Amino acid sequence: MNSIRFLFDKNTWQEIFGSIGKNKTRTIITVIGVLWGIFIYIALAGAAKGMDNGFEKNFETVAKNSIWAWSQSTSIPYAGFKTGRTLRIKVKDAEVLKNRIPEIQYIAPVNTKGAFGGASALTVRGIKSNSYAVYGYFPEIAKIATQKIYDNGRFINDEDIAQARKVCVIGERTQQELFDEDEDPIGAYIRVENIYFQVVGVHKFTQTTPFGTDGDIFIPFTTFKKLYNTGDEIFNKIMGFADGITFLSLIVGVATILAGVIGIGNILLISVKERTKELGIRRALGATPREVRSLIILESVFLTMIAGIVGIILGAGVLSIINNLTKDINFPYTNPTVPIPFVLGALAIMIILGTLIGSIPAQRAVSIKPIDALREE
Amino acid sequence: MIEIKDLHKSYKMGSNVLHVLKGIDFTVEEGELVAIMGSSGSGKSTLLNILGMLDVADSGEYTLDGVPIKNLNETKAANYRNKFLGFVFQSFNLINYKSAMENVALPLYYQRVPRKERQERALKYLEQVGLKEWATHLPSELSGGQNQRVAIARAMASEPKVLLADEPTGALDSTTSYEVMDLIQKINDQGNTILVVTHEDDIAHMCKRIVYLKDGVIVEDKKVKQVRASEYV
Repeated sequence: MNSIRFLFDKNTWQEIFGSIGKNKTRTIITVIGVLWGIFIYIALAGAAKGMDNGFEKNFETVAKNSIWAWSQSTSIPYAGFKTGRTLRIKVKDAEVLKNRIPEIQYIAPVNTKGAFGGASALTVRGIKSNSYAVYGYFPEIAKIATQKIYDNGRFINDEDIAQARKVCVIGERTQQELFDEDEDPIGAYIRVENIYFQVVGVHKFTQTTPFGTDGDIFIPFTTFKKLYNTGDEIFNKIMGFADGITFLSLIVGVATILAGVIGIGNILLISVKERTKELGIRRALGATPREVRSLIILESVFLTMIAGIVGIILGAGVLSIINNLTKDINFPYTNPTVPIPFVLGALAIMIILGTLIGSIPAQRAVSIKPIDALREE
Repeated sequence: MIEIKDLHKSYKMGSNVLHVLKGIDFTVEEGELVAIMGSSGSGKSTLLNILGMLDVADSGEYTLDGVPIKNLNETKAANYRNKFLGFVFQSFNLINYKSAMENVALPLYYQRVPRKERQERALKYLEQVGLKEWATHLPSELSGGQNQRVAIARAMASEPKVLLADEPTGALDSTTSYEVMDLIQKINDQGNTILVVTHEDDIAHMCKRIVYLKDGVIVEDKKVKQVRASEYV
């Protein structure tokens, strides 16, 4: 109870403001460390959220009631198998799902090469060549994620699948890079990794996956399977990309805050050494060890909080500037906000760390006998 | 007011043990103005530190205003210091970033006196030492004699039972020293008990009683005719 009263006592804070306000250089240097930390944290977390939102916005061409499924490794043991087994979704799993869950309207297995990880496919037409990501699609994908095809062209159809035709739908950029401006790509042949494909359509680029580009080449799933002989395995990891960025920025941000708070602790430690005499005088005048300790810890927490709040404001400012700059360019970056729990969490971390780090110099301050402190010159 | 019996204190200096106080018996009545004299190393500062509860004796009894001072932990000592004692140091020991008034008000802060009242009382004591118009000045803006007067005002602000002054004139020239002693005498005239540690004979003779310390024992304890410092000012 006593300590609560102490904490909310106006006199306590007047004493702390006095000490902080009259040692301005020390205060400013101390604050900068944490301010920088929280600023980086907010800027990173906000930018990650902005990219996340950006991707989500681009996903709007994807049916709202659609889900993307992919496999990763197991995280709990099952039926005698240990954890960490790599699972693979098989094409026949799609059939099983469709049969078991009649509510599924469309199901479209997807395979890809070069979209993430692996090398993309070298594509040649005449003397022009470039590398593009290749996707094996079923026609049903168009029911889930709208595919806009330019006039005269078409998307992959059931016949293509049944016969594993060597046909492809190319991207706008692919067209620009492989064909002359006045050439009609429809019906032309391009060589994708030593196999000739007939171009049946050009797709207008819309972001349907986080990694889709305007250069992607779509071929029938069955053709993909023959070509790469891996067709049974479907996407391992599609998304989780934006999540990864968010997670990374969280770790970097927290680490930066930690570094800043340790900086505060460091400077307080030096300042306690400088203030040995002052603290000795205070104790000679009747300050109890507890009052001296509280003074140092509260100073630490208070400085950390001030630095944190200013850092949050600056970080938010920078985020809104970036948002304005990227408004008109095609970059997946929308509405970069930092979730309130992140901000509150950061503040909580700062208070806790501020208390912990402040208690080191505080303990040091009271471990010196007042008589020795007074002798200090 | 103060009663000590058979006080011993020794310090360890590496493998040597330095016996500083070798059995001090000593009584001070209320309203006395006592000078403790001795050469350096005689133990006079150690005695004052123990009386001020800044240091702890190895053995012996110490009673202050009827309260036995023993089994002191830091918190208890701090509370006793705040309640019973006012300190004046040779090097003033003012807090350099606080104004004269804030320095004087500091002991009252630790007595949990509200801010308004703290300031009023601080001003009252600054007025008594003739520094009311300097209240907002920092110690660095004041002369040595003024700083010591601020320190005396601070020591008196908590209305202590005993004022302990450790070489209060040690850092001052003789004119300023007499001004400070004049102030100390006036405070004593109001009935306050004051102990002054000094090694200057003229300062000691401005007190009412002189206790000589040599090698950790009291060699002489005599009442003297007080020389008024105001004669020199």
